[in-house]
Amino acid sequence: MNPAMPTIFLIIVLAPLAAAIIAGIFMRFIPRPVSHWVTTLGVALSFVLSVYVLWQMLYKGMGNLNVTVYNWGVVDNVQFQVGFLMDRLTALMITVVSFVSLMVHVYTIGYMADDPGYKRFFSYIALFTFSMLMLVMANNFLQLFFGWEAVGLVSYLLIGFWYTRPTAIYAGLKAFLVNRVGDFGFLLGIALVLTYTGSVNYAAVFAYAPQLAGQHIQLFPGLAWSVPTVICILLFVGAMGKSAQVPLHVWLPDSMEGPTPISALIHAATMVTAGIFMVARMSPLFELSDTALSVVMIIGAITAFFMGLVGIVQNDIKRVIAYSTLSQLGYMAVALGASAYAAGIFHLMTHAFFKALLFLAAGSVIIAMHHEQDMRRMGGLRKYMPITYVTFLIGSLALIAFPGFAGFFSKDTIIAAVHDSRRAGAGFAYWCVLLGVFVTALYTFRMFFMTFHGKERFVVEPGGKHDHGHEDHASEEHLAPGHLVHPPKESPWVVTVPLILLAIPSLFIGWLTIQPVLYGGFFGSSIYVAPSHHVMQRLTGEFHGAASMVKESVTSPALYLALAGVFVAWFFYLYAPRLPALLAQKLSTFYQLLFHKFYFDEIYAFFIAGGTRGLGNALWKGGDGAVIDGVLVNGSARAVGWLSGILRRGQSGYLYHYAFAMIVGLCLLLGWLLLR
Amino acid sequence: MTTHFPILSVLLWLPIAGGVIVLLAGRVAPRWVRWLALFFSVLVFAISVPLWTQFNTGTAAMQFVENLPWIRTFHVHYHLGVDGISMPLILLTTFMTVLVVIAGWEVVHYKLAQYMAAFLIMEGLMNGVFSALDGLLFYVLWEAMLIPMFLIIGIWGGPRRVYASIKFFLYTFLGSVLMLVAIIYMYVKSGSYDILTFQQMPLGMTAQVLIFLAFLAAFAVKVPMWPVHTWLPDAHVEAPTGGSVILAAILLKMGAYGFLRFSLPIAPDASHALMWVIIALSLIAIIYIGFVAVVQTDMKKLVAYSSVAHMGFVTLGFFILFVIFAKTASTSGTVMGVEGGLVQMISHGFVSGALFLCVGVLYDRLHTREINAYGGVINMMPAFAFFMVLFAMANVGLPGTSGFVGEWMVILTSMKAGFWIAFGAAFTLFLGAAYTLWLVKRVLYGPVGNDRVAAMRDISKREFIVLGLCAVPVIVIGIWPAPLLDVMHASVVNLVHQAVQSKL
Repeated sequence: MNPAMPTIFLIIVLAPLAAAIIAGIFMRFIPRPVSHWVTTLGVALSFVLSVYVLWQMLYKGMGNLNVTVYNWGVVDNVQFQVGFLMDRLTALMITVVSFVSLMVHVYTIGYMADDPGYKRFFSYIALFTFSMLMLVMANNFLQLFFGWEAVGLVSYLLIGFWYTRPTAIYAGLKAFLVNRVGDFGFLLGIALVLTYTGSVNYAAVFAYAPQLAGQHIQLFPGLAWSVPTVICILLFVGAMGKSAQVPLHVWLPDSMEGPTPISALIHAATMVTAGIFMVARMSPLFELSDTALSVVMIIGAITAFFMGLVGIVQNDIKRVIAYSTLSQLGYMAVALGASAYAAGIFHLMTHAFFKALLFLAAGSVIIAMHHEQDMRRMGGLRKYMPITYVTFLIGSLALIAFPGFAGFFSKDTIIAAVHDSRRAGAGFAYWCVLLGVFVTALYTFRMFFMTFHGKERFVVEPGGKHDHGHEDHASEEHLAPGHLVHPPKESPWVVTVPLILLAIPSLFIGWLTIQPVLYGGFFGSSIYVAPSHHVMQRLTGEFHGAASMVKESVTSPALYLALAGVFVAWFFYLYAPRLPALLAQKLSTFYQLLFHKFYFDEIYAFFIAGGTRGLGNALWKGGDGAVIDGVLVNGSARAVGWLSGILRRGQSGYLYHYAFAMIVGLCLLLGWLLLR
Repeated sequence: MTTHFPILSVLLWLPIAGGVIVLLAGRVAPRWVRWLALFFSVLVFAISVPLWTQFNTGTAAMQFVENLPWIRTFHVHYHLGVDGISMPLILLTTFMTVLVVIAGWEVVHYKLAQYMAAFLIMEGLMNGVFSALDGLLFYVLWEAMLIPMFLIIGIWGGPRRVYASIKFFLYTFLGSVLMLVAIIYMYVKSGSYDILTFQQMPLGMTAQVLIFLAFLAAFAVKVPMWPVHTWLPDAHVEAPTGGSVILAAILLKMGAYGFLRFSLPIAPDASHALMWVIIALSLIAIIYIGFVAVVQTDMKKLVAYSSVAHMGFVTLGFFILFVIFAKTASTSGTVMGVEGGLVQMISHGFVSGALFLCVGVLYDRLHTREINAYGGVINMMPAFAFFMVLFAMANVGLPGTSGFVGEWMVILTSMKAGFWIAFGAAFTLFLGAAYTLWLVKRVLYGPVGNDRVAAMRDISKREFIVLGLCAVPVIVIGIWPAPLLDVMHASVVNLVHQAVQSKL
């Protein structure tokens, strides 16, 4: 081991933090370029060192490292530490995170150029990078939870970045609260881990894990649950919040209120995959419970298919990508549930590249359209912005798993793994992920065609006032065209260079890495799979290299479903653009169900938000006000008043009253003395 | 019998002397009042620092002890000393008093000398409460402390200050009268007022239960625990900013401190028998009060209710030790709960104090505490918004802030006691975030709410210093609580052993 390694880990984490502090605390004293230089260089340093670490691991035989930085606190023989676990899984994650973050930093220089909150934005995204790196590098649950909450905090701050917009601050609050519901389960899961294993350090917990298998816990009298099942389901509840799985997915589409660079970085490539990463990291625990893995798979399958459906009816370009992210996260969860952790992480990686690309390309479109995000006011943009067009197309093909593109290798592996899985729910999950391919292709190319092809649904009016169109619920037919002051044009190089740099891995990363990552034992000991669950091992026999995988895809239903999706999108949105509205009318119930996103928001607003406030008011006015203060406190004050009112009558001040009372008393006393 | 520098006596009497000097200065040289008050508060804080630096973390015995006979006939002693439980609370007191003096600098005009003097005198009395080792001395200081607070609310308070101050006084006074009865009973039994003797004396179950309930009456009101908490929102709403800060940061800690100094070691069997009562009340505080806090429209009431909910973690952390002991017949894992409760006390002192200071900053500008009167404050006051969001996050219990440490330790420990206890406690994750961040959203974010908000100035240098001083411990404890925990270990371990040692 290189003795400098622990220092390198520290620098990887602290460089973005230091940059964030410089850009944030000294915001008032530094000029704009300093804030972007210092943060970009900080993240670039993290990226370079991450690559160095990964290279050391792959080619220099560096083994896993577990280093402690300091003792956070030691109580009751439980050590809470801050430290790093560096293995193949972590090395891959830090490289992906710092690379995407670096691209987003560069992109932001162009995207946020006119924003008054420029320096604050750089400070936040550098802080995010720090938090995310802390999360993935953690060697214990305390630090994992720290990173988990810290990325949530930065996400909250960035969704509400434009704090004068009511919708943005509402979305930020919503994201935080929904995530806290997930954290509720997550923290209880961590508490159970500590209770049963006596430690929060991964190494100790995983070493103890096999002994958990036979233990039971009674949550309800007479009903014993297996401890690993309870722990894993609770941990997964946390993952459902962070990785936006149904029914805790509602915050992610709304998070699109934030600036586009963070939609790419946080709400597509990195933070939302934290839940997936966490489950993979906890594979020694999850492998102990088939029940928990079934839950993961079914939840993932529901998310993958049904959230994709919602994506079909969205008109905001960012929301389509957001629903696509939900759906892809569902795919990753399905892979985890099938014990194909490596495939889940592989899809996480390819998705990070092509989804960040799609978001940043969408951002480029949004700049060109002067902050118009409604695709019904776009169309025909391909001739104005060729680089964005080509890179967007690459991202789209990767997303729909077109053979050869990055997403193809990861998604096809997931489908094959689920097909092979014998776990309860695998049949259902298989159909969800398979049909999901059609849905994915449909919404992706609907978006692609609506944005870049077809008629221009905007008017260029030099000098006319342009309208910052936000989401409105007009039907597809009656929508005024958009107005632009200048014709759309290609974005500056700080925007297009990151697009190109992300398009390259979206094209090739699958080709290059599927063999080593999935079938070459890349993850080694960092992911544990029980021998009886070894789906990936079975797939190894069927795998004969990336090229043959592409060749074999012509015999798989997935390819034809994807092509069918593209065709339907072309037919409905380019060939016969009047059809969608007609169809929406004919299938109005179904359309409304999708348009209202299965009514999750309405139901939550009524029951959770309304219920909390209703209960709060009832307890406040009824409990505190009427009962405690009304009856007990002021009631006892009244009782004292009433009692003294009676006693006061004795104090009349008239001598003959007192004399009379004395005589009566004397008589009673004498009578008692005589008669006893 | 004191050979070393009588540091605890100085911490008790110097602020009181300082208060008297400030009062006199108010007549002779009014211009010097502020500087004198600041001088004394900083001096007292400086003197209290060696308590930490020279503290011996290896022992549970009382340190810096002073013991002199006071009233020989009744065997009352002037007996002071601190251990790892009380020492951090004294530092919290001396620190927060400095902040209160600075926070009142330009804000208080009416009877300024008396205002500053009241806080200095109260500081001395509070230091005394935390260091008293004689039952009667403790009681005297405990009651004496009510007087300055009563005056602070009654003189510098808001429109309903009379109702609030009387409610505060009666509530807390009625509770503590029963405590006096218990102290006298134990004196009669043992012939001494020494608290450490009380802790050692054997007591029957009935006596223990009665003593426990008598102390509960005093401490539950102070903490405050549900359902005797309703004085707190009223007192906070009417109190001036400084009063709220001291009330939330220090006075509420006295009840929790009392549980550790009296109830647990003196009546361990009764504590064990009645553990479910306290645990139930703590969980009610966390959940019920959490819901109530969500719907508050007055900023101070919201923070006040949030205090009640947070203090629920303190009492929960203390009493789950009995559940774990009953379940496992071992004290392993119980120390974390008690230390979690203690850290929560310290953290809550800084965080709630800071939040009341934030509310004070807003109140000084618009003279209203109604949430609806604000909106979009961040547009006018970005530096203030930074601090308020920081303290809000600490109130939410975000890792990296002090608010996290206690909640984390208590929730982890309560899982050992039972799944459903932890389940109830974890409600704070959602409720705490809901009421705190909804407050932040309505006050700070959004477009500028109205013309009055548009005229708000960002925080002055003085306000920056006050909030900045609060932020330092909040972050330091959050990222490195080990030093604070180390100070507590020996005393808490000793306490846990006392608490599980039956006296029957």
